[in-house]
Amino acid sequence: MSAELAEPASKIELPAHIGGGGEIPTFNITLRVRRYNPEVSEEPVWEDHQLTMYGTDRVLDALHKIKWEIDGSLSFRRSCAHGVCGSDAMRINGRNRLACKTLLKDLDTSKPITVEPIKGLPVEKDLIVDMEPFFQSFREVMPFLINKGHEPTKERLQSVEDRERFDDTTKCILCAACTSSCPVFWTDGQYFGPAAIVNAHRFIFDSRDDAGDMRLEILNDKEGVWRCRTTFNCSEACPRGIQVTQAIAEVKQAILARKI
Amino acid sequence: MSTDIQSPRSGKVSGGKIAPQYRRGAGSKGNFEMFAWLFMRLSGVVLVVLIFGHLFVNLMVGEGIHGIDFGFVAGKWADPFWQFWDLAMLWLAMLHGTNGVRTIINDYAEKDATRLWLKVVLYAATVVIVVLGTLVIFTFNPCPVANGVQLPGGFCPAP
Repeated sequence: MSAELAEPASKIELPAHIGGGGEIPTFNITLRVRRYNPEVSEEPVWEDHQLTMYGTDRVLDALHKIKWEIDGSLSFRRSCAHGVCGSDAMRINGRNRLACKTLLKDLDTSKPITVEPIKGLPVEKDLIVDMEPFFQSFREVMPFLINKGHEPTKERLQSVEDRERFDDTTKCILCAACTSSCPVFWTDGQYFGPAAIVNAHRFIFDSRDDAGDMRLEILNDKEGVWRCRTTFNCSEACPRGIQVTQAIAEVKQAILARKI
Repeated sequence: MSTDIQSPRSGKVSGGKIAPQYRRGAGSKGNFEMFAWLFMRLSGVVLVVLIFGHLFVNLMVGEGIHGIDFGFVAGKWADPFWQFWDLAMLWLAMLHGTNGVRTIINDYAEKDATRLWLKVVLYAATVVIVVLGTLVIFTFNPCPVANGVQLPGGFCPAP
């Protein structure tokens, strides 16, 4: 649970004689992007782009190349471009990933690389979806410290063990890769979704927080944790390696332990 | 100082910004979904014992599969132990299966009307099978008599 998941090893070895000096090999790819513009057509369309990319490039760089050099109307979100802000979650080759953490050379470059918006949320334009339902669920689990005691004069001390208890779920960057990979969420948008449960878990198991019962009661809803079918899509999708399904199971057990 | 914090429910806060299919209704009171979830786990474990016990006794013990006939079933249901065993198996399997199909309907039916009617059919089928099965287990008569004449069976003692 606490072990940081290693990045998947690169599948293509760069030859030894290419050691720095800017001599990075190039290869050609076809990027197949799902385009949607409600002002032009109600139907989304696939659009292919042939690109020459470098061995160090990520999917985000290919999208930048299209937007900056070929077609400026392509729309997608990205902020930090380094896997921290969680803006550029998208469905790449049928899997939810961050475009800024997915190296092109790790994908099958012999076939077109498909890029779609994440599923289950309303698409606004191209790769941009309406995140409001996602953030509403996040708000409803009250993802902030609630402490009924007196305000301490210094920091709120916590033992290493108590901090370790919820360490995994502190890593969430709210990219929505987990929630939009969940088949229950695809058909039932009212389900709180893995991300909201992960962020509730982060406070439920925090020894400094006093509102765990309140959050458990919120997630004991008919659209709460009991909708989870343990398909593990969320754990696979998480770009931060959070054991999402395990976190959901721990919340289920906490609700059971409290009620019975 | 302590402040009571109300949970920000989508129906109350910024509900207008969110498309209707994402808006949750008022929070459901009660623990039905929790007990349904728990029931699935517990009944599953019990059913494994009941079903494999049933298969072992019917297919392996004694003459095994060749010993199964009308008389074998009649003999089993003359024993309260097997009556209870089969009753437990019937009820648990039917409720377990019904709840499983209920969650599938909840997961995949997109229209409210479709969901309602699928569930009506499901619950009606469940009630019919459970009631009929229970009646058969408890009112089973191996030597039925109609109009004073014994119906053909071949192994009941002559009256």
